This record gives sequence, structure tokens and C-alpha cells, in this order.
Amino acid sequence: MKNLTKEHFHTHLYPSPFHSRTEPLNKLNQWGRWKGYLSADAYTDISMEYFASRNTCGVFDLTPMTKHLITGPDALPFLNRLMTREVSKIKPGRVGYCVWCNDDGRVIDDGTLFHLREGVYRLCSQEPQIDWLLTSAIGFDVDIVEDTHDVAALAVQGPTSCAILRKMGLNGLEMLKPFGIEHYPFEGTELMVSRTGYTGDLGYELWIDPSHAEALWDRLFAAGQDYGIAPMGGEALDLVRVEAGFLLAGVDFLPAHEAIRPDRTRSPFEVGLGWLVHLDKPHFTGRRALLEEKRRGSRYNFVKLDIDGNKTAEHSFILDKRENYVGTVTSAMWSPSAKANIALASLEAPHGKVGDEFLAEVYYQRELKWHRVLAPCRVIDGIFFEPARRKMTPAPNF
Amino acid sequence: MTDSKRVIIVGGGHNGLVCATYLAKGGKEVIVLEAANEMGGAAVTREFSPGFKVSACAHLLNLLDPTIETELALKSHGLRLAKTNLKTIALAEDGNHLQIDGNRVSGGGVSDSDTTALVKYRRRMDRFAKLLGRLYSRKPPRIGVSNPSDLFGAAKLALDMRLLGREDMREFLRIAGINIYDILEEYFDSPLLKGALSFDGVLGTHLGPRSNNSVFTTLHRMSGRIGGKQGALAYPAGGMGAVTAALAAAAASKGVTLRTASPVARILVDGDRVTGVELEGGEQISADTVVSNADPRTTFFKLIGARNLDAGFVRKIQHIRMRGNAAKLHLALKTLPTFTGVEPDQLGERLVIAPDSAYVERAFDHAKYGEYSSSPALEITIPSIHDASLAPDGQHVLSAIVQYAPYELKGGWEAGREAFTNVVLDQLSRYAPDIRQQITHTELLTPADIEREFRITGGHWHHGELALDQALMMRPVPGAAQYATPLSGLFLCGAGCHPGGGVMGHAGRNAATAVLSGGSR
Amino acid sequence: MKKYDAIVIGAGHNGLTNAAYLAKAGLKVLVLERNSYVGGATVSRELYKDWIYSNCSYVCSLLRPEIYRTLNLAKYGLQVVPYGGSVTMAENGDFLGSYIDHDVSRRELERHNARDADASLRFDTDIMRQCRLIRPFLMRTPPDPTSFKPWDLMQLLDFGREFLKLGEDVIYDTVRFYTMSIAEYLDEYFESDLIKANFAGPGIIGTALGVMSPGTSYVLLHHAMGDVDGSMGAWGFARGGMGAIANAMAACFQDHGGEIMTDAGVDQIIVKSGRVTGVALENGDEHYADLVVSNLDPKRTFLKLMDEKDLEPSFVEKARNFKIRGSSGKLNIALDGLPEFPQLGKDNPLIAGDMHFMDSVERLERAYDDWKNGTWSKDPYVDMLIPTLTDPTMAPPGKHYMSVFVQYVPPKVHGRDWTDEDRDAFGQTVIDQIANYSPNFKDLILHTEVRTPREIEDEVGLTEGNIFQGELTMDQLFFNRPFPGFAQYRGPVKGMYMCGSATHPGGGVMAAPGANAAREILRDLRRPNTVPEGWTDD
Repeated sequence: MKNLTKEHFHTHLYPSPFHSRTEPLNKLNQWGRWKGYLSADAYTDISMEYFASRNTCGVFDLTPMTKHLITGPDALPFLNRLMTREVSKIKPGRVGYCVWCNDDGRVIDDGTLFHLREGVYRLCSQEPQIDWLLTSAIGFDVDIVEDTHDVAALAVQGPTSCAILRKMGLNGLEMLKPFGIEHYPFEGTELMVSRTGYTGDLGYELWIDPSHAEALWDRLFAAGQDYGIAPMGGEALDLVRVEAGFLLAGVDFLPAHEAIRPDRTRSPFEVGLGWLVHLDKPHFTGRRALLEEKRRGSRYNFVKLDIDGNKTAEHSFILDKRENYVGTVTSAMWSPSAKANIALASLEAPHGKVGDEFLAEVYYQRELKWHRVLAPCRVIDGIFFEPARRKMTPAPNF
Repeated sequence: MTDSKRVIIVGGGHNGLVCATYLAKGGKEVIVLEAANEMGGAAVTREFSPGFKVSACAHLLNLLDPTIETELALKSHGLRLAKTNLKTIALAEDGNHLQIDGNRVSGGGVSDSDTTALVKYRRRMDRFAKLLGRLYSRKPPRIGVSNPSDLFGAAKLALDMRLLGREDMREFLRIAGINIYDILEEYFDSPLLKGALSFDGVLGTHLGPRSNNSVFTTLHRMSGRIGGKQGALAYPAGGMGAVTAALAAAAASKGVTLRTASPVARILVDGDRVTGVELEGGEQISADTVVSNADPRTTFFKLIGARNLDAGFVRKIQHIRMRGNAAKLHLALKTLPTFTGVEPDQLGERLVIAPDSAYVERAFDHAKYGEYSSSPALEITIPSIHDASLAPDGQHVLSAIVQYAPYELKGGWEAGREAFTNVVLDQLSRYAPDIRQQITHTELLTPADIEREFRITGGHWHHGELALDQALMMRPVPGAAQYATPLSGLFLCGAGCHPGGGVMGHAGRNAATAVLSGGSR
Repeated sequence: MKKYDAIVIGAGHNGLTNAAYLAKAGLKVLVLERNSYVGGATVSRELYKDWIYSNCSYVCSLLRPEIYRTLNLAKYGLQVVPYGGSVTMAENGDFLGSYIDHDVSRRELERHNARDADASLRFDTDIMRQCRLIRPFLMRTPPDPTSFKPWDLMQLLDFGREFLKLGEDVIYDTVRFYTMSIAEYLDEYFESDLIKANFAGPGIIGTALGVMSPGTSYVLLHHAMGDVDGSMGAWGFARGGMGAIANAMAACFQDHGGEIMTDAGVDQIIVKSGRVTGVALENGDEHYADLVVSNLDPKRTFLKLMDEKDLEPSFVEKARNFKIRGSSGKLNIALDGLPEFPQLGKDNPLIAGDMHFMDSVERLERAYDDWKNGTWSKDPYVDMLIPTLTDPTMAPPGKHYMSVFVQYVPPKVHGRDWTDEDRDAFGQTVIDQIANYSPNFKDLILHTEVRTPREIEDEVGLTEGNIFQGELTMDQLFFNRPFPGFAQYRGPVKGMYMCGSATHPGGGVMAAPGANAAREILRDLRRPNTVPEGWTDD
């Protein structure tokens, strides 16, 4: 963080550049912490915030998301050695979802890689990665800085998001394809817009210098007034991301660097990200181990479960028909959009093929009385909720 | 096109030559590529002043494996020991020196109890050193994996230890991880005796006698059996260069192609395997197997390139501690010098300036902070006494290992060299008052010089600090400690591998075994 | 004369723990204490009116919760409360703090070095791994690797299994960790010298090794493997001073019928026909028992209290070669008010934590060089605390007690015994160092107790004043502690046992040695075991 004085300890959690705007909107005064920042868990009502993002437009302050700027002549070879996927396919002005591993082929973290300009990349990740990135940079001519605090960011997500941003003056935004990046002038600075998000819906992320954060918020909310714009907290976001089938580090998998018990970590294949592993590209960290895993088979399968009934299966054990343990639910919810009882789960191989049927051991209570049910469930393909607008170009107005 | 029968060895040091010969015996077509104009790496005899020659780094032979000597018929290829069973003379400033000959000690006012204690000390240490020596002639097992060969290796290690018997096994487990200073305190009173023995434990290392690990390094030094005697010292006729000459002759006799003045620019990699090498001139030689005698940092960073390796592995390589601390002093002398109190017939032995172990420790203290020792410890030899070929008629060469001279000297060696040379000569003059008048030429090789001249990163003889955390299955790093590396077809055979430095040849022989057994890790 | 089932020599925390478990098993036990108060080095003493000093040990983390719970120490008045944070003040006016809040702490690291802030997670993970490996073995008797007895083989196998379960990479990390110096180990994580110096301190506390000496990583672990209420690596105060721990143990022991005799220094352990029969006191009294358990260090036990002819010469040699090295001193200071540390800024909470002044690895190492050269460090490493900011019971309101642990202090000064002048000069060195950072400090001092190894040995009986009853080096850990072949709490003579910090798992107010020794004694007596097994944390 820039200009930290030694007396920073007086402020436990730092306000985001949008704080002057989010603070009065936080009617519940419900704040959480995210990487040293104050971050709204909820503003008014989690359910209403959830539906804003599915019905109109939810705005989430994602400034605390860890960001790294990667430049230099070797930026591409460096990234290709770091990531499991072929990074050269992410052209300038495009964004790619990535995962990276340690030597053992276990997932360190996942994140989005923004190819800002030819040879200039921004990596956004859940966890700080500067130690690993600099370690990975040995032997490469590349500059890496963590610039989390130098970029303010908002996620603008939901069916009316494009209309709002266009109204704000972002002309032609409807032509931006999913995972595309566009730059717009904004009050003397540059506003970067990417068609990305953590909701699995039509949506954008806005990136700007922190000094213009408040102005951006004001313009955005003014434009969105007639389009149902609403701030959205972390709890609502956690619901939409499960519907979209997105992983959360530390919840759906244990980042390899935090594992005290190394066997608790997972390979990309074991968290359902095998599609991001390109074993035919040149050397990358973990390749040897992943080739070996391909040969021997993985230990776990990561699945999406459709569970009978309406009792959410948080932290449930998954059992086979004879009630033997086969795995654990990592994230679960009742999906208001899919009207389904859904879960992400890690199952011991070979369990977990599409169509496999299991029992979810669910504990729930009604008026302080606890019950246990074994709810039949099955592994499904695809994601739980995927509206057509998510991928449409031009993007629809609502 | 690559050739599965061909093996390229990068670097013609003693281990490279040993490895080459065993591979040729095993039916491989072997090419050794040496950057310098002669074979030998750091094990060379070189002229440092017209007519004066000296072993450039190590100057005594103590670790050369007798098995290798026999199997490669080094005697018939010209290896001759000019003098065996060298005694150690622990110099005292007042001339009342102490002489150590194996487990016998005399002079220096040494007490009866010390005389008895030395016998006990040597008996134990010889047994432990022998145990270590047995471990040295095979690849270190991996721990925590279930390969039969690794399980067997680990079981054999445990059994060897059990076979020491209960008391000695207990003693081994007690002292293996600690420091030589404390052990010597348990046995001896004589400061001179403790000084000389403690110096053995720290030669060529970044350790003081009080640093834990120095028992291990002491045992390492005693692990050889030159002339069939545990821990003995010998002079090779013609200096260390003659040893490598014999090794080169042995290699040539098995059909190994030896190419000097052929510096390798890089090792060629395709995917996860090596395909050959490219010389600095641009010439490419293809081979399915490349064995590197270079130090691990040079091998992986310069020749392979970090980008062809996993990042965690690269971090391990980067963390190898390999900053040398020993300098080498070479003097061309008009006549034999006189050391106060040293009889003429003792002058050809190994002379040590390490008056007590606290002295050595204080010398080390400077190295911790990047300073050279204000009162250095020295191992002095005058090899021309045994080998007239090293100096013009009647004249002599003096070769001394000087500690401590840290690789990264504060202020740099360009500025510090002359001052340190004077410190060393002053110290020598205290024991040999007339020596300055005899000198016609002085050369001081600092670790920085050794790095430049012999292409050893950090100028460290052992290609990496000898310490328990960099030994056995952790040498040079886990993942490359069984000679095979993460890249298919790439092997290591240098002192950076188990069992480490010193002219012993084990690493070369073990690496050849790993290559011939088809080996991946 | 009355005959007891067992006599425990020394009412330190291990002696009392041992005695309490034996008494719980129904044995008639006598504890003999040379001082007029119990606790050994775990004491609270009023050496200046209305001030309570924890004048030896001063903080608590290692005390095994299994023992806390089964001896019901809470019932006997013990309350351990956590305190937070630590700080290293630098010579350039800056400082590095470890705050209780992890986000503030992380930001503080980031302020000094962004990469190091990130690397600290890797460091914490790796240290935690080592804690997890060692903790299950604290409440267990070390097996003898040279033995073929079924028990030893089973234990070895069990240890081997646990070890192999770590996986190849972690096994190597573990071996490396145990054999490296803390300075080398930290080099693999951090770039900032201040950050390294801050983390290196626990690697030398109580030990005669420098931060650059191989083996000091383990010493760091020894200080990190404890916890307060499951928060690993956290430290706390015993409310009312460390004596509260010993007093609670003593109360538990007496509640189970145990007898404590103070002012009862033991002169000799009586051995007849190859077995112990009792002890003779300095005042001439004799007490008899078939079992004698010594809580004293091995040099005092075997070289002073036992007759050499009762022991094998090889055993005497082991006792002589046992490395006890005085390396620490202590200042206990009564203060008229709270000292200011202006460089910490206003209202910095770290003043309630551990405070240090060594801002570089080189300064730490040079402090050790002084010790090697036979003098106390002229620029010492101190671990300084003001417990009264957390515990209101130790000084009158508004007044403060300051505990200053000092490293390094040699057992002898240039080979000769300490004099009072030496002691005062040493005390002044420390006070001057603190005053460099606190302008009003000297004016607030009401009373100072200066303890060099001489005072510690004279008052507490610890040979050379070594706080761990023996160095924590590989030759004296696990199955080597105190000596190879004698690491299972049994002494060299029938009926003789050892239960002090010189036995596995070593020093610190852990009480595990006392408990483990009691388990072995009860096993030999074929009595039901009253000692808990270690809690595993999976």
C-alpha cells in the first residue's frame, strides 16, 4: 500500500476508494474484511441483492481483489511457464481464466489474466502471489509489481448492466464480446471495462485510478437509477458464484501454499479445471506431475450435484447407495434462479461421472429441532443457471 | 537425430572423467567436453610463475576411492603417490610443535591422557567415517517413497548403523549433528591438538569449529582410505593434475572422446528431455543423455535455463549455499624455508597453523560478516620436497589453504586482495621468520578467482556447502539427489551431488551407475 | 523416620507435576525443596514492596493443555491470559511490529517489504507443519533407536509411520529445518534484514548458539510449538505471575495427599546395594523411599548429589559431557509509571507485547560473539515485557513491572566467577540499551533485580543458569536427552528417575517431562496410569 506510515495500526481495516459511497448505502452496517479492506457483506437484504444481480444490476466493490501488473520482454514466456494453459491464445484486449500449480501439480490459486496491451498483463487472484510470481520469474526478463491498491474496481453485473453503462456514455459497449477489454476516456483519466465477472451472467468489471473512484460510482449510479441498480455485498455474490459453478479458493479447494497437510491440496483435474491444462504446450511448472497424474489417474473428481428436496447440503458428506463415504460438499445453496438444491462437491475417484447417483447427508433444523435426511442427488453436466444473455453479442439491453 | 548410445559429459573434472570411463566400460559412446585447454577442472597442476607448478585447488589426496583406483587401473595409467601417510605438524609459535601421525601424537607438551584419548577418538571416528564412506559409494535412497531400491537403500543405511553396535550407534546418533569443538573438548586438553583436529572439520566450509555440522564435515574428510588407511593423506606425484591425467588416460583407453577448449554454451532441451548440447562456437552435438560435471547452479541456470524447470525446483537451486571461504596461497621460493622448531625431515609433512580451536573459531567469525580473517588458519604443504618436477632445481613451491576468505568480501576482492595477502604472509612469517626473503612470486587465489578460473559458482570447492541440510538425499537439492534430474536424459555427476567435494570420484561413479541403470529418479 | 513411596527432589513445575500424578495414582509422595518457596524457576516473588516479579520464567505457552486440564489447575487458581504482539525497534527510528490483528500485521510487513509480507504466509505454513509433527511426541517417552525391545520397536515404527506420512518433500524439509541455522532458514523466505532479525530472536532464546549456528531453527520451533487455547505459537501470562502455575500444581498435589517440605535442600541421594533408598538433607535429616525422582539438572543430580562410586564411570562421563551452558540473564524492574517509547508512535498496542531492539541479523550474531569471548553482549538481545499492562495484580495501579530477558550472558566472565561489579555493569548495559529507546525510562526505575547465570544458579539451582537445564541441540534432544540410552526418565540406579527439563521434551514451562516421567514410574510399579496421553490435532 502506498505511503503507509508506521502509525497505520490505528486503522485496522482500510476503506476502499468507494467507501464514502458504499458506507451510507450499507443500511445493515454489515462489514466484513477482505485482504485488509473493509468490505460490505450485505447492504440491505441478501436476497434482494441477489435478485438485483439476476434481474437488474448489482454492483460489487472488488477493489481488494489482489492485482499484479506483469510487463517486460519475457512477460509471455514467463506467464506460459507459470500457467497451465496456453497463454499466447489470450490476445491483447482479451481476458483468460487461468490456474497455476506448484511443482507437484497442485493448484496454488486461480484467477483472471488480462492482456491489457501487447505484452502488458494484469493478473487478478484471490490470494497474494508476489512471492511465487517473483520466484517463478527467476531466469526471465520480466517486471512484476503487486498493484492491488493502485486500481479501484467495480463489478457491474446483471441483465441491465450493459444498458446502464451505455447510458453512462460507454458507447458501443454492447459489441464487446465476453472476456473482451475496452478502454474509455473518463473525466481526464482512462476507464477500463472488461466483460467479465463472478456471477455467470451478463456483466462487466470497471477498473480505474482510485482518485476517480467516487466520480465513477456517482456517474454509474446516476445512470442506473432507472435500471434497478443496487449495491451488492459479499454474501449475495457468494450465492451467484455457486450458481455459476465458480470456485472459491479456501472453500472449494485449499491453495497449495496454505496447506499444512500437503495431501489436502488438489490438482486442476481434481477441481474440474482439467480444461485449463494444456499438456501439449512447452514446459510449465507442474507439467511433469500432471502428466504423471494423467497416466495414473486423479484422486478426486469435482462435481456439481443436483440434490432432491429443498434442504441445503452445506458441509454434507456424500455417500454411495450403501452409505459409504465418497466425498464432501464444498459449497451448497438453494438456487433461486434454477429453483434447484445445488452443491459443488469433491468426490473420491472414481466416483463423480455425470449421472452418478449418491446420497447427501443433510442436517437441518426447524424451530431448534435438528433432523437428518439422506437426500438422493446426482452429478450433473453444465452449470446450474446460464442465461443466454451471458454470451450474447451484441449484449441485450435487459 | 539423437543417438541413444551417445553420452555427452559437460566438464572434464575428475568426476566427469570417472563417470565417462565407467560409461564407456558400460558400452556408451562418450564425449567429454572441457572448457579449459586441459582436462581436470579444478584438479589441475598449473604453472603460476615460470618454472613453478602447483596443484591449483586441493593439494593433498585423501578421498580418492580405492575401488575406483583399482577398477580404472589408475596406476597403470600413471598415477603414483609421491608420499603417503602424511603426518600433520600442528605448528606452535614457540616452536614446540605437535606431530599427529594417525592415532599417535607426540611433542607439543601433549599429556598422556591426550595420547590415550587420541587412540579412542580415532577408533570411533574412523568407524563412523567408514560408515559414511560406505554410504558414499552408492546413490542416496529417497525417503518416503516406496520404490524397492529406495526402501532397500534406506534399510541398508539403518542396518549399517545398527552394525556399529549399541554403544557406537548411540554415540554416532549423538554426535552426527553437532560440532567438532564440543567433541574435542570432551576428549582432549592440548590446545594445539584441538586446534589441528578442529581445522580438519572446517577445511573448505563455511563453518567454524563451534558450528554444528562440523562433526559431519570432519567425518567427510576422514571417509577416504588412501593406501588402505582410513582418513590418510597423500601427495600425488606431479600434483593433482597428475591424478586427472591418469583419469584422462584411463578414459581414453576405454575409447572416450576427450575434447578440450570446448565450452558448452547450453544444454539443448526439447519438452521434458535433453537432446544434446551447443558449444559456445555454435556447434551442436546431439545425444539422448547429457551428464553435467558443472556445479548445480551453473547446470540448471546457465546451461538448462530456469524456464525449462518447475519454479519450486528453481527456488531450491537458488537457495543452495555455495559461497566459498577458502583461499589458496602459492609461493615460489628460492630455497626451502625454515619453520622455527620444524626438523628438516618434517618439512615435507602437512603443516597446520591452527594453534587452538578458539583461534579457528575467531578466524571464522570474520567470515560471517564478509570479512577475511585477521588471523587466518593455514594448511601448508611444500610439495616440491617430494616432487622435484614442480620447481626449478633447488627451488621450491609452497601451497597453502587459507581460511577464511569469504567469496563476497565486503568492499570486494580487488580492494582486499593485497591487504589479505599481507595478513597471510605476516602470519606465515611468525612461524617461518625468513620466508619473505625466499619468495620470488606470490599468488593468492580467492574464491572469486576460483569461480572465474574454474567456473565453479561461488568458488566453492564442494560445488555447494557441505552441511547436513545439503547432504545425502538433499544434495544438491531434493529432486536431483539421485544423479537423475527432473529432465529426462540429464544427469549430474559433480561434487554438487552426493557425496560432495574432494578428489574422490564417487559422484562420477555413482552417476555412471544411475545412467547405465536406465535411470529416472 | 517416615518412609514414603516416592521422594521428588525439587519443587519446580516438573517436580510438582510429577509428584501430582504419582499422588493421584495413590502413592505417598514427599517433595523436597531447597528454597523456602515452591516453584523453582516458575515463581512470583515480592522483592520490592507491592511488586510481584516473575523473576525467572515470565511467559507461558508451552504448558501442555492436557496437564492443565487433568491436574485441574483452573480449580486450583491458575488463569492463563494471552497477550498480544511483538515489536523490534530499529536504530534508524523505525520499527517492525507483529500485531494481534492479522491484517494489520500483514500490512506492517508489507510496509517494509511486499514480497516478504507474502512470503510470511509460506513461512507460517512451514513452521506450523513442524509444530504439527512434533506436538504429538511431547507427551510421549522417546523410544530408544538402538533397542530391540518390543515397546521401543513399536514406538519407533509409529514414529517412522508418522514421519513417512509427511511425504517425501516435507520429510526433506523437516531434516533441513532441524539442521539449519535460523539465519539460513530465514534467508529462504525473506529479504528484509529487519524482518529476518525480528523472526530470528526465538531461535536463540536460552541457548548458547548464534543465529548463524546450525541447529537454531529447532530452537525457534521450541518457542513456537506451544499454544494458548489452541492458538498455536501464542503466548500468555499466568495471572499473578508464573508462580501461579507452580502454586496451582502444589495445591493439586497437596489435595491428593502429597507432602511438600521447603527449606529442605538435599545433600545426597542414598544408594544401597545398587538401588536408591532415600535422601539425606543438608540439615542431616534422612528420608526414605524406594523411588527417588530428581527434578534437578543431570550435573547437579549425578555429579553433586550422588557418590561417584555408585555410578558407572561411563555414566559419569556422560554427565560431565552434558552441555549445560549459561547464556541468559534477566532484569526485573519496578517502575513508577509507564515508560514511553516515542518511536512506536502514539497509543501503539505493541507496548503490551514483547519488545526487542535487534534490527539486524549481524547484530544478533555479534551479540553471540561476545558470549564466545567470555563476556556479556555489549549490544544484547533483550526480550522485554511489561506484564502489568495485561495483568493488574503485579503492581499498584499506574505503576509497572518490567521483565527483561537478556541474551547473551556467560556463566563465567573471561573464565572467572562473576563479581557484584560485573553484575552491576551488566545490568547497566541493559538499562542503557533500553534508555536509548525510552527517554523517561531511567527516571521511572524504583528497583532493579539483576540476575546473571550466577544468581540463577545460586537461587534456583540451575547449573550455569541454563534455563532449559541443558542445551537444545541435536545431541541432547529426543532419544538423546539427557543422555543416549537414558532418555526414558529412568536413572542409572534402580529406583532412580529423572523428571526435569533436561529430559524429553526439554525446557520451558511445559511440564511434559514431569508428566512423562510419572507415566514411566507408574508403568514400572504396574500401577494404573494417571497421566494423560497427548491430544492429537489430526
